[in-house]
Amino acid sequence: MAVVETRGLSKVFKEGEPGAVNNVSLKTNEGEFLVFLGPSGSGKTTLLRMIAGLEYPTAGEILIGGQVVNRLSPRERRIAMVFQSYALYPHLSVYKNIAFPLKAQKVAKNLHRQKVEWAASLLGIGGLLERKPRQLSGGERQRVALARAIVREPSVFLLDEPLSNLDAKLRASAREELERFHKRVGTTTIYVTHDQMEAMAMGDRIVVLNKGIVRQLGSPKEVYDEPADTFVATFLGSPPMNLLESGEVILGFRPEQFVPAALSGTNAVPLNLRLEVIEYLGAEWILSGSLAGGRFDGKNVVARLASAQSFEIGKVYDFAVPERELKFFDRTSGKRTPAQALSWQ
Amino acid sequence: MRSLVWRKLGHWIVLLIFTGLLAFPFYWMLITTFKQTSDLYNLQNNPFRFNAAPTLDNLRLLFGQTLYLRWLGNTVLIGVIVVAITLLLAVPAAYALARLTGRWGQRLGIAIFLTYLVPPTLLFLPLSRVVAFLGLQDTIWSVVVVYPSFTVPFSIWLLMGFFKSIPRDLEDAALVDGLTPFGAFMKLVVPISTSGILTVVIFTFTLVTQEFIYALTFISTAEHQTVSVGVPIFLVRGDVYYWGSLMAACLIASLPIAFVYNLFLDRFIAGFTVGAVKG
Repeated sequence: MAVVETRGLSKVFKEGEPGAVNNVSLKTNEGEFLVFLGPSGSGKTTLLRMIAGLEYPTAGEILIGGQVVNRLSPRERRIAMVFQSYALYPHLSVYKNIAFPLKAQKVAKNLHRQKVEWAASLLGIGGLLERKPRQLSGGERQRVALARAIVREPSVFLLDEPLSNLDAKLRASAREELERFHKRVGTTTIYVTHDQMEAMAMGDRIVVLNKGIVRQLGSPKEVYDEPADTFVATFLGSPPMNLLESGEVILGFRPEQFVPAALSGTNAVPLNLRLEVIEYLGAEWILSGSLAGGRFDGKNVVARLASAQSFEIGKVYDFAVPERELKFFDRTSGKRTPAQALSWQ
Repeated sequence: MRSLVWRKLGHWIVLLIFTGLLAFPFYWMLITTFKQTSDLYNLQNNPFRFNAAPTLDNLRLLFGQTLYLRWLGNTVLIGVIVVAITLLLAVPAAYALARLTGRWGQRLGIAIFLTYLVPPTLLFLPLSRVVAFLGLQDTIWSVVVVYPSFTVPFSIWLLMGFFKSIPRDLEDAALVDGLTPFGAFMKLVVPISTSGILTVVIFTFTLVTQEFIYALTFISTAEHQTVSVGVPIFLVRGDVYYWGSLMAACLIASLPIAFVYNLFLDRFIAGFTVGAVKG
């Protein structure tokens, strides 16, 4: 096991253009499950590939287990990587796929079968060893890719969107499986995804990336409840945080904190909601509309409620947000600022 | 039910027509090989069957009075060496152009392919100077040196498409799994590209066996000639065509190639159509 650290890491693919990764410094904890989360083009995969040694950084250092590995080739970094496409070797059987890293790293031949069988049984694919990759389902392929990654007992796991090729149903079960797998082997894992659900569910901590810059690094609770800037606030959460601009500040609150005044308790800021759209999503209701009267008259907002049977479109309702749930951001930089007194009229 | 029967029948009729069409040249060569010359030239005879007793005279002439076996040997030897040279040059070059040279790789690949389009009839004059300079006139080595000039460009072009169709992730995975870039090329890219490489082998070999102009101009001694030159030179004398022996020579030379083609037909098609359709 090992700690992965980057210091001022940057990658510029084409001179003169903005970098794919810009001055990223971060450090995993021992045995941690760290998630890189960001939209496509945010540099999360490039960052991962630099850690793997598949891209050479333009600037900065990468450390694995305290040792600078910039100059080391991928095979010398004691890492394992699972690719989005799984990258199973199509001409080899499952057994040979899993044994491939052992053979490549010249592990004594008499240990191969034992190690392959150990990895295969860990992932429940002991019965598939003689098949070819094309004879496997998506979920089975993913497990083979994981088995191939774990067989050499690496010090770090790098996973690049390993669930994105699975259908929605399989994805949920594969996610749980991955979590259990990580608990069992306890290897430091870096996981790249654009799916906030995956990030929230699996990550010990989340690195939120945008345009190659780390916007926030924190536990799922921290990045969700205390977003560092407006990007994080809107990227996480579905529907995203309501943001209201006024003067030099942007005011934000989560849709689930925007509730009918009767439910909000004391110390809540009253706001009037003119209801325009109601969406029923089974377990919850999404109410969209605009604020009526006051400083933020006419701004669009969204509320998320467990029940909304008695509401009617076009009417104005008394809603409120608990004061402690209000987040303040600087309008120019988008960065979080301390709470401040605000006149609501 | 009825339409199904008709469809099947139509299917078989088309199949039969094409089979007949493609097998006919072989039948013609075979029957001509064993016909007496008088039978061949009599216009009253039905040409599709034996009208006189079959004979081995044509084969006797071919093997007894020409150097046919020697030419076959030369052709195979030249073919094998040229295939080896072609693979040695084209496989790494195509890989480099497909993977390592970025945007310029594609352009360079097209440029290399263009050289394939320059006809041998234009090139044999300057190339004969090269052959003379190397002191290889009238040896099989003259064509061994010259043939790669057209087999390599085409093979590079073909293999480039093949290598490009291999997902890059696979090579990255091999690098992470513990191979060097060269190791990944040898142990992963080459085995996956078997169909493409096989296509190159068959294609190169066929090109070499049928090449005429270079072989004709660079080699003059009978012992050094190839099938494609030796046969027409020695079995067409003035306006006399030794049809029986000619057909026997063609049949013997073409059967093994046809056999190999059919053996690897699926892979051969895969080799040529790679990248044309996704998946």
